[in-house]
Amino acid sequence: MTGVSGTASACDVCLRRSWLVARLIGHIDLAWSAKRGRAGLLALTDVALIAALAGAERARVETEYAHFDAHAARQRCAAAGVVALCRCDERYPAALEDLPDPPAVLYVYGEITRFLRVAAGDRVAIVGARRATPYGLEQARALGRGMAAAGLTVVSGMALGVDAAAHAGALEVEGATLAILAGGPERPYPATKRQLHERIAATAAVVAEMPPGTRARRWCFPARNRIIAALARATVIVEASERSGSLITASLAADLGRDVAAVPGLVTSPLAAGTNALIVDGARLVRGPQDVLELLFGAAAVALAPAPARDALEPDLRALLDRVRAGCDTVAALAANGGAVDALLAGLAQLELRGRVRRGPGGRYVATS
Amino acid sequence: MPVVLARVVTFAIDGIDPRLVWVEVDIRPGLPAFRIVGLADAAVREARERVHAAILNSGFEFPARRITANLAPAHLRKVGPGFDAALAVGLLAASGQCPVEGLDRWAVFGELSLTGALRACRGGLTVAEGARRAGIAGLIVARAGACEAGLVEGLEIAAVEDLRTIAALLAGGEVPPPPEPEPQPAVGAQALEEPDLADVRGHDLPLRALEIAAAGGHNLLLEGPPGTGKTMLARRLPGLLPPLTRDEALEVTRIHDIAGLSRRGGLAVVRPFRAPHHTISPAGLVGGGRPPAPGEATLAHHGVLFLDELSEFSRPTLEALRQPLEDGHVVVVRGQQALRLPTRLMLVAATNPCPCGFAGSDRPCRCAEHELLRHRRRLSGPLLDRLDLLVTVARPTAAALAKPPTTSSAEVGARVLAARERQHARLATTPAHCNAQLDARLLRTHMRLGGRAASALAAAYDRGGLSARGHDRVLRVARTIADLAERDAVELDDVLQALTMRSRDVLDDAVAA
Repeated sequence: MTGVSGTASACDVCLRRSWLVARLIGHIDLAWSAKRGRAGLLALTDVALIAALAGAERARVETEYAHFDAHAARQRCAAAGVVALCRCDERYPAALEDLPDPPAVLYVYGEITRFLRVAAGDRVAIVGARRATPYGLEQARALGRGMAAAGLTVVSGMALGVDAAAHAGALEVEGATLAILAGGPERPYPATKRQLHERIAATAAVVAEMPPGTRARRWCFPARNRIIAALARATVIVEASERSGSLITASLAADLGRDVAAVPGLVTSPLAAGTNALIVDGARLVRGPQDVLELLFGAAAVALAPAPARDALEPDLRALLDRVRAGCDTVAALAANGGAVDALLAGLAQLELRGRVRRGPGGRYVATS
Repeated sequence: MPVVLARVVTFAIDGIDPRLVWVEVDIRPGLPAFRIVGLADAAVREARERVHAAILNSGFEFPARRITANLAPAHLRKVGPGFDAALAVGLLAASGQCPVEGLDRWAVFGELSLTGALRACRGGLTVAEGARRAGIAGLIVARAGACEAGLVEGLEIAAVEDLRTIAALLAGGEVPPPPEPEPQPAVGAQALEEPDLADVRGHDLPLRALEIAAAGGHNLLLEGPPGTGKTMLARRLPGLLPPLTRDEALEVTRIHDIAGLSRRGGLAVVRPFRAPHHTISPAGLVGGGRPPAPGEATLAHHGVLFLDELSEFSRPTLEALRQPLEDGHVVVVRGQQALRLPTRLMLVAATNPCPCGFAGSDRPCRCAEHELLRHRRRLSGPLLDRLDLLVTVARPTAAALAKPPTTSSAEVGARVLAARERQHARLATTPAHCNAQLDARLLRTHMRLGGRAASALAAAYDRGGLSARGHDRVLRVARTIADLAERDAVELDDVLQALTMRSRDVLDDAVAA
């Protein structure tokens, strides 16, 4: 059965499958944490899934499954402003079929035609630590900006930190960006990213495997990561500690034969341990957007348009910026090498006003790229 | 025996203000009884027992009749043991054991011991102030509390040891003068124990912020990991402020005397520094309770209120600070009474950058996301609007610790004083006292912004890093920086420095998405 062209409408079977996964969300959560991994759970057939997980609830789930009301499910989607796109629809992203367990239905929050246009382009995932450093945030933002400016679609998970910075970077140049959420797509998660959620939905789309109204469980995040990894041609990791969820995305991407790249960090920084290890293991080292483009399109890749010419800095501001770049990132550190505090403060404000540095938490300055 | 009525003047303390109270004693034939009426609290009702014993132990006679003492006006709640002496004097006068004539020359204030000795009690200075305002010639107080009372000029002080001396004095005996006050440093001189900026190493930016805060009266937020010296820096702020004037010193002493905090027998010489714990209640912070008492904000009047761990204070407590910060006083309403308490203070708040304290420092932050969110939410809101300056206090480097001090409190204090005088001269015709009190309208009339300064500020505003309110805060701080540099026009550098020290409008998420 194929989807009706024009108006997207998922088929009953896929909707039922999607409903079942959401119905068993708690059972999957238990099984997932017990087995420490998904171990093909989501690749099971409906009947096998019920048999494996429902336990004492089995009879009830089977009855509900038998009486599944697809019409009501479609109404719930419509009420939430969400469009369901199922595997049987030819417009379902082909990249997801590379997964052993592709989601039966993609729930799209945002206009479906825009999603299809955005999803048709080349996609790059930019993911990383939630509690990123100012350096990581700046790199993520710059990569998001660069990829979007080059006409690529930035895919990420809208989490705090690197993910949100990558989305924000793409939006800065009015580029395309897709957010893949762990829960229902119409529900901003984390809730503080409500504005970002709205902006992404208005310019491209927010997508999820879970039907509207679903609250994400722990397992939903690694499950979501598989969608990010599969959708993107290349996955770039910006800052990840040794046990970061971003590394799951990286290994999923590698398993699918996608390119993996990472932004290096200080060897002493815990948030660079994961990314530096990826580079040692063969991930492409990324110094900036150009490196990602070369990874995707080869050395002959069209060079990015040169960065907008920046006004030349006076010699003393230039020197100050160089010291910030060299790692003197707080006023205290800058003042320790002598020099009047007044002049220092004024200089930093100048640099900030001209967009050459940004002030991060803890009063740390980071040079923008 | 004829009915005799005696009236003695004393004072009740209402919040921090003296209220004149008449103690009327009526003795008439009947079953022996001693009743006190007139909205008296437990301590006043217990005065019966103390007065009874004190009169007998002083060798007087306690009339075995029906005695009624009334504390007027009856609507005013009377608190504390300070009415003992007035009750005893009234009783002696009413029973003919001391003259009634000439009683109205004196106000009487003090607690009685069972032996008849007079003890000093809290609020002596306020009572003396009340007596002077009411035009009463003299005040009879305990010798131990006479020094404070003696700070009020134009009032004769009788410093008495016991009830017997009072009776002798009223019968025409000589007035015992108050003891010589202990030698005091002159008003304005810094006491030696005040912490000095000369002890501070490697905090160049926070030092500069303290100087600007002191010069313009700006409230200040210090942010930094634990143990970097936020409290140490805040403690040095009172020493940078201009010395207390005599009127301010009297007010501070009066408030602290009522709260039982004053050092015995002298005028306050240093500005108060109050650092309440974050578990404090709203009433504890701004005043209230039953009976209504001044809170920490009033105790910090003319000084510095320091709130360490700002994000740990309860939201109602922080909300309660808005009126005091805005108006310089707080009105506490309890039952039928409205109490106005002065709260002209500088607020210094300190906070860790995150609950574990290490975000943005060299050590990794260990907080969960929901903790970070809670921390940010606590630190947002209207109170933050009142904090003009935000500086990060970082751990000083070892090299900086080994260096000689860069400045001293006296040096900075002199610059602050000069800057304050410039502000006074400029703001003489306005209700504002310092730059921090400039509202949007005053800012427009008192700011001469150089062309380049204006365009820098406009650029910052257009970049979106500044709200309209933040814009005004930067202007106020820039005005103070120019005052410190003894310039009339605010120039580019002033605005740039103010921008670097601006407090954030929303404690950002580094990614403002």
